[in-house]
Amino acid sequence: MSRSREFFLALALGAALALPAAAGEKPIGRVPTAEDIARWDIDVRPDGLGLPPGRGTAKEGEEIYLARCAQCHGEFGEAVGRWPQLVGGQGSLTWDDPIKTVTSYWPYATTVFDYIKRAMPFGDAQSLTDDEVYAITAFLLASDGIIAEDFVVDAKTLPAIRMPNADGFIDDPRPDVPKGEPCMKDCVAEVVITGHARKIGVTPEEKARPATD
Amino acid sequence: MNETKGERRTAGALDRRSLLAGAAGASGALVAAAARAEEPAIPAELPDWSRYLGPGVDDEPYGKPSKHEAHVVRRNVEWLTASTESSINFTPLPWLNGIITPNGVFFERHHGGRAEIDPSAHRLLVHGLVDKPFVYTIEDLKRLPCEDRIWFLECAANGGMEWRGAQLNGCQFVRGMVGCAQWTGVRLKTLLERSGLKPNAKWVLAEGADASALTRSFPIEKALDDAFVAYAQNGEALRPGQGYPLRLILPGWEANMSVKWLRRIEVGDAPWYTRWETSKYTDLLPSGKAYKFTWVQEANSVVTWPAPEHKIDGPGEYMIRGLAWSGRGRIVRVDLTFDGGKNWVTAPLQEPILPKALTRFYYPWRWDGSSVIVASRAIDETGYVQPTIAQLRNARGRNSIYHNNAIVTWLVNSSGEVENVQVA
Repeated sequence: MSRSREFFLALALGAALALPAAAGEKPIGRVPTAEDIARWDIDVRPDGLGLPPGRGTAKEGEEIYLARCAQCHGEFGEAVGRWPQLVGGQGSLTWDDPIKTVTSYWPYATTVFDYIKRAMPFGDAQSLTDDEVYAITAFLLASDGIIAEDFVVDAKTLPAIRMPNADGFIDDPRPDVPKGEPCMKDCVAEVVITGHARKIGVTPEEKARPATD
Repeated sequence: MNETKGERRTAGALDRRSLLAGAAGASGALVAAAARAEEPAIPAELPDWSRYLGPGVDDEPYGKPSKHEAHVVRRNVEWLTASTESSINFTPLPWLNGIITPNGVFFERHHGGRAEIDPSAHRLLVHGLVDKPFVYTIEDLKRLPCEDRIWFLECAANGGMEWRGAQLNGCQFVRGMVGCAQWTGVRLKTLLERSGLKPNAKWVLAEGADASALTRSFPIEKALDDAFVAYAQNGEALRPGQGYPLRLILPGWEANMSVKWLRRIEVGDAPWYTRWETSKYTDLLPSGKAYKFTWVQEANSVVTWPAPEHKIDGPGEYMIRGLAWSGRGRIVRVDLTFDGGKNWVTAPLQEPILPKALTRFYYPWRWDGSSVIVASRAIDETGYVQPTIAQLRNARGRNSIYHNNAIVTWLVNSSGEVENVQVA
């Protein structure tokens, strides 16, 4: 008994998992077929890897957009209520209130296809055909003049589209704040309160709080 | 008995009125203390629960907190988002203890609502630049070498509403997009080694099975370091809101990357630049450029008592309570100020002090009834010091939304009320 335990321990330490399963043992995991993988493998990269066959133009996309997208995003991508604005805002990223949209902020056109295909319409995901996703992507890009109305978007042309903010991102440089031993005594001459949350008055349930714990 | 209780209630109300009337002339705290002294130290009536039988063992197969703790719940901020299905709620930090967040109040952020998954129909696919792809059931994964690990998860947007100024008057809302749990599962490395990595394997994509099919990509180094595939949280299966039956954990990194309802791991040779690593979770600067791949959650802390949700009930001895954490490793020190940052003292840390986990600090404190400005400052094992909001704004402006780990400041006024403020 104790010998078999030692054997088991030795096996565990010596990468037992790398050993092939003996005949008749229940394997851990199954090897999927290419068809299995294709059912789930829908992601698309900026270099175009993963883009499916199909095509679409802005003209074709307009009708689909109005039927499937406009109720949240507005007929022109301007947004309804608090739903995301999709187009416009180019040149606004340095403003005090920047407008981050697909056309003003997103660095890659392929991400538009990928996201619409996997998650849109909100609440009815993965219900669009690949042609429809290409066409809606074309409609959004053409709305801000990134491509022409009759430009055919497909697996070959989409990765080549240059987005206005393609060069807008830099690698994380953090930590980006002062380093060194922090001050412990007489650190500031005068403390000034610059903001009071109570004055803003947007905190949920603030007035309903018990007076004490 | 009821009549007596009713009389006592009336008497209490009178006391409260006289307290309000006398507040101008006398110290409110003194009057309150006098009102308390009128009641016996031990209640005069034998309570019902000491006389009558309580429920038996079979009325509550899955227990709930006392009804008197009904205020300790997750809350959301309705105006933040267009719909609750793509939104976030907040952990009730000001009422919690220790470093483990109870599963029922662990904050949730969903992008397509909370997926309710039948585990028997769930699979995890590992594929891409590997020698041998695999599909696992949950039962398969439970046969692989498992570990229990304690890590925090924090949304990149924690503190995000405070970039432009003090806005939300609550500890829960100012720092509640964080929780800490003991996770049980399998190292991602174990799964990748079973499949065998190709020489050009450099990046990994993780995908959720929810209605947003959320995807994030991260470098292979993280995948082979501490990336983790969890099926349990604090001793029980993951809750649906935490990704049941399976989620990724990337310890110390923004929690959006710890993909819930994990269904797919793909190995590649370059980043994917998904919507959640371009349109969102990038940090816009005043120049119009934005930081990308801002994964680590830098050192952070918050005082959970006193806090805006609590009112200090008169001068005297109290325990300052708080939490600190760092995505880069262990917390080594927490300093406290009571004068808005002029002077600081170091607070003792409570064991255990674990890397990439919430760490508790307690500090005995005597409140003299005067107005004080309380704040905490965390320092981690890399020497990183939690910055002021002024330092963060100096580096990143006011529009970066994410990664606001600035020192949180509470103003305690002379009546013991606590307010979220910012100082310069």
